[in-house]
Amino acid sequence: MSKPEAQRARPRLAVFKFASCDGCQLSILNLEEDLLALGEALDLAYFPEASSDMKPGPYDIVLVEGSITTAEDAHRILAVRQQAKVLITIGACATAGGIQALRNWADVEAFKQAVYPSPDYIQSLSTSTPISEHVQVDFELWGCPIDKHQLLRVITDLVGGVQPRLPAGSVCLECKRRGHVCVLVAKGIPCLGPVTRTGCGAICPGMGRDCYGCFGPSEGERKGPGLPPNTVSLATRFHRELQLIPVEVMRRFRGINGSVSPFRTESEDWENKR
Amino acid sequence: MKGREENNSEQMKNTRTIAVGAIARVEGEGALRITVKDGSVQDVELKIFEPPRFFEAFLQGRHYDEVPDIVARICGICPIAYQMSAVHALEQIFGLRVEGALRDLRRLIYCGEWIESHALHVYLLQAPDFLGYESGIAMAKEHGAVVSRGLRLKKAGNAIMTLLGGRSVHPVSVKVGGFSRVPLRRELEGLKDELLWARDAAVETVRWVAGFDYPEFTPDYNDVALRHPDEYPFNEGQVVASSGLHLSVNEFEEHFTEHQVAYSTALHCTLQGSPYLVGPLARVNLNQEHVTPLAKQVLADCAVALPLRNPFHGIIARSVEILYALEESLRLIERYEPPPVPVAPITVQPGIGMACTEAPRGILYHRYEVDGDGIVRKAKIVPPTSQNQSRIEQDLRLFMPRLLSLPDKEVALACERVIRCYDPCISCATHFLNLDIRRESSA
Repeated sequence: MSKPEAQRARPRLAVFKFASCDGCQLSILNLEEDLLALGEALDLAYFPEASSDMKPGPYDIVLVEGSITTAEDAHRILAVRQQAKVLITIGACATAGGIQALRNWADVEAFKQAVYPSPDYIQSLSTSTPISEHVQVDFELWGCPIDKHQLLRVITDLVGGVQPRLPAGSVCLECKRRGHVCVLVAKGIPCLGPVTRTGCGAICPGMGRDCYGCFGPSEGERKGPGLPPNTVSLATRFHRELQLIPVEVMRRFRGINGSVSPFRTESEDWENKR
Repeated sequence: MKGREENNSEQMKNTRTIAVGAIARVEGEGALRITVKDGSVQDVELKIFEPPRFFEAFLQGRHYDEVPDIVARICGICPIAYQMSAVHALEQIFGLRVEGALRDLRRLIYCGEWIESHALHVYLLQAPDFLGYESGIAMAKEHGAVVSRGLRLKKAGNAIMTLLGGRSVHPVSVKVGGFSRVPLRRELEGLKDELLWARDAAVETVRWVAGFDYPEFTPDYNDVALRHPDEYPFNEGQVVASSGLHLSVNEFEEHFTEHQVAYSTALHCTLQGSPYLVGPLARVNLNQEHVTPLAKQVLADCAVALPLRNPFHGIIARSVEILYALEESLRLIERYEPPPVPVAPITVQPGIGMACTEAPRGILYHRYEVDGDGIVRKAKIVPPTSQNQSRIEQDLRLFMPRLLSLPDKEVALACERVIRCYDPCISCATHFLNLDIRRESSA
């Protein structure tokens, strides 16, 4: 087990998966040439999707993908936290509960019956919750999927001893910078860009369609850092000017990051207007 | 970390239980339990305990236009497959056939996904088994040029997906009726140089994997794949089986049935009650006439004959398909003229529609029931890995006898290799394999 001193000194990275689609882990593998550099700079000590050499903790940096949806996973995340010096959630599932949090408004027993012939075999909690509801999270990466450049940035900062910071303003600013035509104003499409966190590169308006909120709510656009975006105003505009009926406004906010406030409260307000 | 730590060789009287930690280099989490009694394999259970995510349930009540964004989230490795099966099923309901350049663009983005997904599996997930490494990243230390070639190939696939879909994981442009945006001719031409490089790299990939040492193992497979008269299948075709079955996609559920087993959150699917094989091996075997002359030549040079009967040759089939997807991409780009509109007009009407497309890991079946407002009332999804589950168990039963004299740890590694031949995507099927071998003796 003896290793050269230089190798032993490399920060140890681990990747753990909970309920998710693997897309954020794939974003790590999608680093391509940077992946090999990452493998040089860090000891990829635990990354089962990429390596069968699974070394025990503790780890310097732990990336967590996925949300908590079973009692076993609620227990497992505690053990993961104990082994992590720095714990970073990667993606909408780990950071906000993900699309599977749509169950939070539904009857999970009915869901089981809709999907499985013998629902009794299925062990599942009635909610899908973000990692931060279970353990302390040191940094959150939003996105469904995460942006791989943001991930590389955050890891590079951490390894260099710098506190990572990512922009939290709205997609609109990035969209304007890129010179895209505003799909909301020009085409009357109910775009969530004004209330969604930047980081994706304004992909959707760039592809001629509405942002659907996969980076979660933006921050600090109204009165200062940490304050939520004005979803009320945007939702009202969807209803009054774009003629969305309340249930359509509700569905707009109840998507990939639907269970996180203020998207959650907005969708619930419009659900009640039915 | 319940059940996920190594816990080898718990020897009890007459019973030998081996539990090995996670099977690595698969997309997902599950477990394998094998019971051996008096030296013969009694039972094989491939357990999938990936937490269920209930997609079919929460699609109910969503508008048809939201379906491509939702179903993409079932799998980060093959989101296009989910989007393609969904849009084709929904278009069947609305009586719409997408033709011409839009149809070509759908084939092209699917080529991108095959290249990305197959290159990932060939280079980073499965090749380390043949060359004796724990990962592609570890393999890079001694095989740097090869791994770099694989990563660049994968990147070429991602480049196609990013150009057409905005990003490679969960692309955003696929819509019922077409795309939210279609590329300009010059944008596609911008890909050509890299794809030409990649085509040569794919030829080298086939040669490279054909030279690996393969165990002798030829189970009797019932191959199942789509077949189309004019082309290698992506989005259209009949469902055919090597046993002679020939069906339209609408008849799928009459012959293929899902059933639940207590040990798995993924449903098992069987064809008339028996296991069958889907994925690159089955696809190549059933579509030999559409394998390109270049691919045939390379296979002949390497003395590889079709059909392929050894599951370990899945890596060869996958490499042949990377080559196919690159040749096809170049052909589609060459003849591309932008369509008059990016999305065909849609007339919403109630009904039921189904579609089957060829995901990288095999056929992916979707059925939707939509009401007159375009709201999804029911959804059913049969992913490739749940179809292969029974077949993987069967392979392990057949492969196990030759392993029984080996120490537990080596048995476990060998079983993992068998499982990896299938490139199982357990996130799709529902992740993580723990292996638990029970050895019992009645003596």
